Amino acid sequence: MRKFLLDGLLRRPLTEAAPTDPEIEALALATGQAARRRLGRSLSIRQVDAGSCNGCELEIQALGNAFYDLERFGLHFVASPRHADVLLVTGPVTKNMAEALRRTYAATPDPKWVVAVGDCGRDGGCFAGSYAATGGVSAVVPVDLVIPGCPPSPKALLTGLLALLDAAGGKA
Amino acid sequence: MDQHTAGMPQPFRSQPMPRQTVTATEWELAAVEAARGRFELFSLWATDDAVHMALRQAETGLVDILSLPLVGGRYPSVGAQHPAAQRLERAIADLHGHHADGSPDSRAWLDHGRWGIAAPLGAAAPGPELPPYAFLPVEGESLHQVAVGPVHAGIIEPGHFRFTAQGETVVRLEERLGYTHKGVDALMRGATLARGAELAGRVSGDSTVAYAWAYAQAAEAALAADVPARGRYLRAIMAELERLANHLGDIGAICNDAAFAMMLAQCGVLREEVLRCADAAFGHRFMRDRVVPGGVTHDLDARAIGLIAALTRRLRALFPAIIGLYDNTASLLARTVGTGTLAPDLARRFAAGGHVGRASGRDFDTRRDLAYAPYDDLTFKVPARGDGDVNARIWIRIREVEQSLALIEQCLARLPEGPIFAAPALAGEAREGLGLVESFRGDVLVWLALAADGTITRCHLRDPSWFQWPLLEAVIEGNIIADFPLCNKSFNCSYSGHDL
Ligand code: SF4
Repeated sequence: MRKFLLDGLLRRPLTEAAPTDPEIEALALATGQAARRRLGRSLSIRQVDAGSCNGCELEIQALGNAFYDLERFGLHFVASPRHADVLLVTGPVTKNMAEALRRTYAATPDPKWVVAVGDCGRDGGCFAGSYAATGGVSAVVPVDLVIPGCPPSPKALLTGLLALLDAAGGKA
Repeated sequence: MDQHTAGMPQPFRSQPMPRQTVTATEWELAAVEAARGRFELFSLWATDDAVHMALRQAETGLVDILSLPLVGGRYPSVGAQHPAAQRLERAIADLHGHHADGSPDSRAWLDHGRWGIAAPLGAAAPGPELPPYAFLPVEGESLHQVAVGPVHAGIIEPGHFRFTAQGETVVRLEERLGYTHKGVDALMRGATLARGAELAGRVSGDSTVAYAWAYAQAAEAALAADVPARGRYLRAIMAELERLANHLGDIGAICNDAAFAMMLAQCGVLREEVLRCADAAFGHRFMRDRVVPGGVTHDLDARAIGLIAALTRRLRALFPAIIGLYDNTASLLARTVGTGTLAPDLARRFAAGGHVGRASGRDFDTRRDLAYAPYDDLTFKVPARGDGDVNARIWIRIREVEQSLALIEQCLARLPEGPIFAAPALAGEAREGLGLVESFRGDVLVWLALAADGTITRCHLRDPSWFQWPLLEAVIEGNIIADFPLCNKSFNCSYSGHDL
């Protein structure tokens, strides 16, 4: 472990790619300003898998890796909807998950935003029309923003969250 | 079939898969022999008027499908003899309405009473209201229950876990799944081959290449269609990149669940590099929709080949230090060694695939033991061991990362020239095929029945998790609740792949 710490101090061999990525840096600046203006210094996100294929989850998880380092944007994931400003919902909202999503939404304090993630979250995606799916997040709870993709890339997710912050001013 | 030589691809790899219709007595005998270990149960599923069982003979390694016509919508329960079949039977009852006589557990499984219909693949009529789910009773002194889910604290899939604990020690875990059921089987019916490929690639997102490949195999076998050699090699490169990304992500995540975040940070970077390389080479980070019946959709040019070669060099340079970090951190090993031990006997009885089976003595890998191209031309080792704890599952994954790197290097070195796709010709008659592919999690099985016009009559997709989830219940017993995330992540079963 000592070697890793030293390497990190002396050579930064693994993480150097992140700060040199200009697109993400630009995002960080813009998100920082928008988030600070409306929500103070941070934005808490509760992720809800409403029946995804797990592809969207993998890309949301990737937001935490050293390349994207979500926390430096002032965005972080919380374990309870009661601590959340944003619900990040994936999946076509299966009928077996609809009630859990409704309850999670009800447990989230106002003001709150709902982001529908992925083509599934948008309209059920490739599972639209199934007896087992409701047909997307907006069929169950009000949606503020859709981030399409199958799955959306981590960059698309970041861009989407930024767009939400820009558009959400009136609500906060 | 008798002349089959070990290591050579079995006939179902290149031609339609026959089914043997059996009597009820033979069916029950097969169930007994599966319980005794003479056969491994590979899957159990249904069509409108029959149930089907895929078995692998322990002695010869040959795979067969037995079919039993239903009598009045009923069949003798396999689960009554062989516990590994129980959840599959419950799923058959939920989806088709077929009844397993003598089944020890007749509770609904995928059907939570919220679909508005019952038996969506059968009568699909409004069903009776389901009673609240009855968790199994637990009796004893000073027991308490902890209910977790379906919405979990982390960024993971939904499922419900009901722990019964005595103090901190878990006495029993009961899983309840089905929350992510999307109705894939019903969407498959009547779908075109192309639409089927799209659905198959979305059954479990982390294994999209493996699923698309298993589905393509089933279609190609049904149609006796050939895949150009370059297409086969490109499939293997994608499948091994997928394995790398998943193993790297999970090695880090398991250690993170043991409160050692540095492994997650290090492995997360490598995982991201694999995904970025996949994106640059194949145009999608998960390489989704790249494998299709007949071949692949994306070729590699010299630049892309160079990127993948550079990735393998980089991983070879960086990975040993990460292994060292794991192996030399005593506080981390204190959490993983001896935790969540799966007994070899259970792994064998459930025919547990992937790292779950191979860490507990079940030395099986479809790439080697049910060989398919191009793996029959490549050299690789299948790591296996017998200690079966969280540590053992981590080591299997570490060793598999090394093997995947070697496989990718071989594929790049030998990549044949030529086309990457050849549209399979329709057979003009109904056909059936079987596909089996080793995903990072274990063997994915796809059984596909096609109509004469090439549309799908029935597609059954069996995730490796079906035979791993029940073992997780066994593994956590006697461990403390706080070690559950660690055990769970070391298995990393798919919810979506199981729930369909
Ligand atoms: S949008 Fe795509 S990746 Fe996301 S849950 Fe749906 S199928 Fe999976």
